[in-house]
Amino acid sequence: MSSVLELAGVSKSFGGLKVIDDVSFAVKRGSRTALIGPNGAGKSTLFNLISGVYPLDAGRIVALGTDITDMAVPKRIGHGIARSFQNIRLMPHLSTLENLMLGEHHRASPWALARGARATANARAVLAQADLDTYPGQVVADLPYGIQKRIEVARAIMARPSILLLDEPAAGLNSSETAELRRMLERLSESGVTLLVVEHDMPFVRTLCDHVVVLNFGRKIFEGTPEEVHRDHGVLEAYLGPAAEIPAGVAHAA
Amino acid sequence: MSGYLAGLLAVLAINIIVAYSVFVPAAAGLLNLGAAGFVLVGAYGAGAMTALFGVPLWLALVLGSLLAGTVAFLISFPILRTRGIYMVLATFAFAEVVAGVLLNIPALGGAAGLSVMAYAGLPLVVPVALCVIGFVAWLMSTRFGLSVRAIHDDENVAHLFGVNLRSTQVAAMTIGGAIGGIGGALLVHQFNFIDVQSTGVLFSIYVLLYVLMGGTQTVWGPLFGAVFFTLAPEALRKLSELDPALKFLESSRYMTFGIAVVLLMMWRPQGVITRTMIERLAGSRKPVAADAGAAA
Repeated sequence: MSSVLELAGVSKSFGGLKVIDDVSFAVKRGSRTALIGPNGAGKSTLFNLISGVYPLDAGRIVALGTDITDMAVPKRIGHGIARSFQNIRLMPHLSTLENLMLGEHHRASPWALARGARATANARAVLAQADLDTYPGQVVADLPYGIQKRIEVARAIMARPSILLLDEPAAGLNSSETAELRRMLERLSESGVTLLVVEHDMPFVRTLCDHVVVLNFGRKIFEGTPEEVHRDHGVLEAYLGPAAEIPAGVAHAA
Repeated sequence: MSGYLAGLLAVLAINIIVAYSVFVPAAAGLLNLGAAGFVLVGAYGAGAMTALFGVPLWLALVLGSLLAGTVAFLISFPILRTRGIYMVLATFAFAEVVAGVLLNIPALGGAAGLSVMAYAGLPLVVPVALCVIGFVAWLMSTRFGLSVRAIHDDENVAHLFGVNLRSTQVAAMTIGGAIGGIGGALLVHQFNFIDVQSTGVLFSIYVLLYVLMGGTQTVWGPLFGAVFFTLAPEALRKLSELDPALKFLESSRYMTFGIAVVLLMMWRPQGVITRTMIERLAGSRKPVAADAGAAA
């Protein structure tokens, strides 16, 4: 399986604080990779580097065979990279349909009707896939949090990405909403989209993802399967601290 | 129709046009206290063409609008380097510069103003206002309108989804300036006169109030704001004529009107006309399912 996303020696500092330190990993095509780590590990910063919000200080990022390190931000979505956000970043005064239409904005002519027949049909199809077709005309600010979260993911899906970056998509959702989200992402993955998911919900990660990358203080400390991550000494220390008892037989990753 | 009513309708139509000139950039989050500047450019440009060069009125309107649009395009680049209150001050400064330049051009009348012979009248002013409303409604229904509103709500995310921030903002200011130029061109040819003093900072403040009080979330907000601000003082005056006990309304109409504005700002700071209101009136707002999860 080839890689769709490769980070090589990526580093980023804000002033004197190094928030990403020489991180390298590859995401295989069609995989579902989780990016986990304690708060402040640099997960969202890494997403911001991949999507172009911040420029890299060092290293490079290759997506779908192209070096996107210096690619302009608006071009990355056209290149196949879409994302959601840790805190909901929908357009609060636009309707559900209009928020979704923003997802395919990069492919549309500026003078086309925003609610043209084709655009509306595409948006409604994605809403139906996400079980959100009850809310097309409503202003999103008036909708419940869980629905807004899923609309944000649906907006990223509208971009028809090859790589979907999801930043804590299950945060704040109850168990039934989390299950609906997982089913939506599984369907998406089965259609060929590669997922890179930042999450703290480990049961969600275990059931959805097949590969895990762990960051701590901006460095990659582990890479492997969801089963292996629970046994790694370095990961346990990162979450529980150096004084934690280490169960017998736990491996220490090289 | 009486001369008073015709004059009032003409003022209303021109106020609507100028309100939309401020609405288009405001919908992109760009607050403009320089409406007077674009109106003066359009008014003096179109007025000079008919009065000094004998250009037909319809062509003078087009050229006045193009002139104001060109000026808006050129100043948008420095102005877009500012944000928030500094953008308000920058656009205010622009209007003052325009006024200062015009005051010192003797060929355009200087401080005495510019008189023109060509007359617009209601048969021209009202259809043009309706065309402006229709144009802005169409504009905001396009992908460009979606870009504008997305930039207003969250320009960083809009940028991530492929919206060209600078081009969209420049286009919004240019289109707004051109519309303001149309308003100015009609103003000078409706009253056959224009001067800098009557179109100053108070004019810009009133126009900005039309838009902010009416609401920037939909194309109907500036229409409501212009209608309310133009007709409410006159309505209060007319009410005072119905009964001697209401005589105080005439002398206090501006105070009454001011209190109403303050109350509106307290009760509806987002503007009177909102997206939610329109969706509710259109019947597309449905109750959210009870099992949809906790609200934010």
